[in-house]
Amino acid sequence: MTLKTWREILAGGLITDAGNTEEYETGSWRSHRSIIDMDKCTHCMICWVYCPDGSIMVSDGKVIGIDLAHCKGCGICVHECPRKAISRVEEALAKEGVQ
Amino acid sequence: MVSPKVRGKPVALDGDRAVAEAIRQMSPDVVAAYPITPQTEIVMRFSEFVANGEVDTEFIPVESEHAAMSACIGASAAGGRAQTATAGAGLAFMWEVLWVASGTRLPIVMHVVNRSLSAPLNIHCDHSDSMGARDAGWIQLYDETVQEAYDNAIQALRIAEHPDVMLPTLHAMDGFILGHGLERLELLPDDAVREFVGVYKPEHSLLDVDHPVTYGPMELTDYFFEHKRQQAAAMERALEIIPQIGEEYGMLTGRYYGLMEGYRLEDAEFATVALGSTAGTIKTVVDELRDQGVKAGLLKLRCFRPFPATTVAEALGDKKAIAVLDRSLSFGAQCGPLFLEVITALFTHGFSPKVLNYAYGLGGRDIVPAQIHQVYKDLIDIDREGLAGPSLRYLGLRE
Ligand code: SF4
Ligand code: SF4
Repeated sequence: MTLKTWREILAGGLITDAGNTEEYETGSWRSHRSIIDMDKCTHCMICWVYCPDGSIMVSDGKVIGIDLAHCKGCGICVHECPRKAISRVEEALAKEGVQ
Repeated sequence: MVSPKVRGKPVALDGDRAVAEAIRQMSPDVVAAYPITPQTEIVMRFSEFVANGEVDTEFIPVESEHAAMSACIGASAAGGRAQTATAGAGLAFMWEVLWVASGTRLPIVMHVVNRSLSAPLNIHCDHSDSMGARDAGWIQLYDETVQEAYDNAIQALRIAEHPDVMLPTLHAMDGFILGHGLERLELLPDDAVREFVGVYKPEHSLLDVDHPVTYGPMELTDYFFEHKRQQAAAMERALEIIPQIGEEYGMLTGRYYGLMEGYRLEDAEFATVALGSTAGTIKTVVDELRDQGVKAGLLKLRCFRPFPATTVAEALGDKKAIAVLDRSLSFGAQCGPLFLEVITALFTHGFSPKVLNYAYGLGGRDIVPAQIHQVYKDLIDIDREGLAGPSLRYLGLRE
């Protein structure tokens, strides 16, 4: 992304486009990854309500996974899930597992 | 000079009450303030106006000055006009949020009644409080008289809200000397003030739900520096806008305002530079010296932030010797904050007259004509014999 000069930006750091958090990928901050066990999940949506980053992906009323480009790995969903369906894995190990 | 459009009403008021009248006449949407000596009478009087239904401002009696400024920030971001008043430790307690107001570019107006900073505890005037806030991104005007306190209070709003500026603005009057000093002044009719300040139409507002806006987001290494550069640019533009508004105010009232006022300065050989009420005492001394054939003059600075470097350098460049009077100390510095600015302005414009710096009046210590006579005598001496001894001297101090 090309950064703008001081002459091109709004004064005071104001942001006028709504919903722009999507453009800011906070996934790289993560030290731990939350992983949903779909066999245990009842799609109660509690994790969706609690996630501060809107990173619980939902389709047709069902939880389908976690948006790793934005999930900061805070672990709130792990704590809140009443079914203990979400586990927490160190990011480095999770990455190795993927490879 | 054209004759003023409106006739003011002559009254006798102290500075605090005159400013309370100005706030009532400007009728801001929100006033959030905490009483502190010697500013208390502003808040006290204004809250009476609110209680009596003489003004429909939302008055928020906050629990602290930090909260006062924070409430003003919220109100201003919501698109309202917000004002506060404070003094000394109250201003110091606002320090953190002063930067939020300026960095968010909110045109808040603040009435400061100068008071020294503890310790030892002292309620009287010096400029340690407003000088402590000099780098916080606020425009700073200084008042010489109660009339100027009233006039600057009203102009501060127009300066702050000017689309080319959009910076919070404070004006400072000397505690007790002006704040509690009864003087004759002219109050404008209410409708003249209402017309002068007009209706505030913010470009952005939190309450404009059709155009959502985020105030106060986080910015890290990518954009923070660019926003600070914008604040510096707004200060530069304010140097143009402040005299324009002073001219417009002059057309209305007959009292014209610029960035500075020269008193018998043009042909002067020996000049002093001062802020606030001390300028009035200096004028008397200048007249006495002129009667004795000494070419004395005064540069009274009205606008300290932004600092009008070119204007000051051009007004002082041809003087034989200049004394700058600072009503605050920057411990460990070579000089007071006003001297620093004046000398930098002279040097960068190619002038190098002989200069002296005086620290005076701390904690409300009186400054009297005899002391100012001594200053001009010192200037004549250093012109003849060159500078001997330190350039920073203490005026009115028991040695
Ligand atoms: S809280 Fe647990 S059970 Fe409920 S939707 Fe989320 S993962 Fe599934
Ligand atoms: S770890 Fe935190 S950010 Fe990531 S999905 Fe769970 S609640 Fe959201």
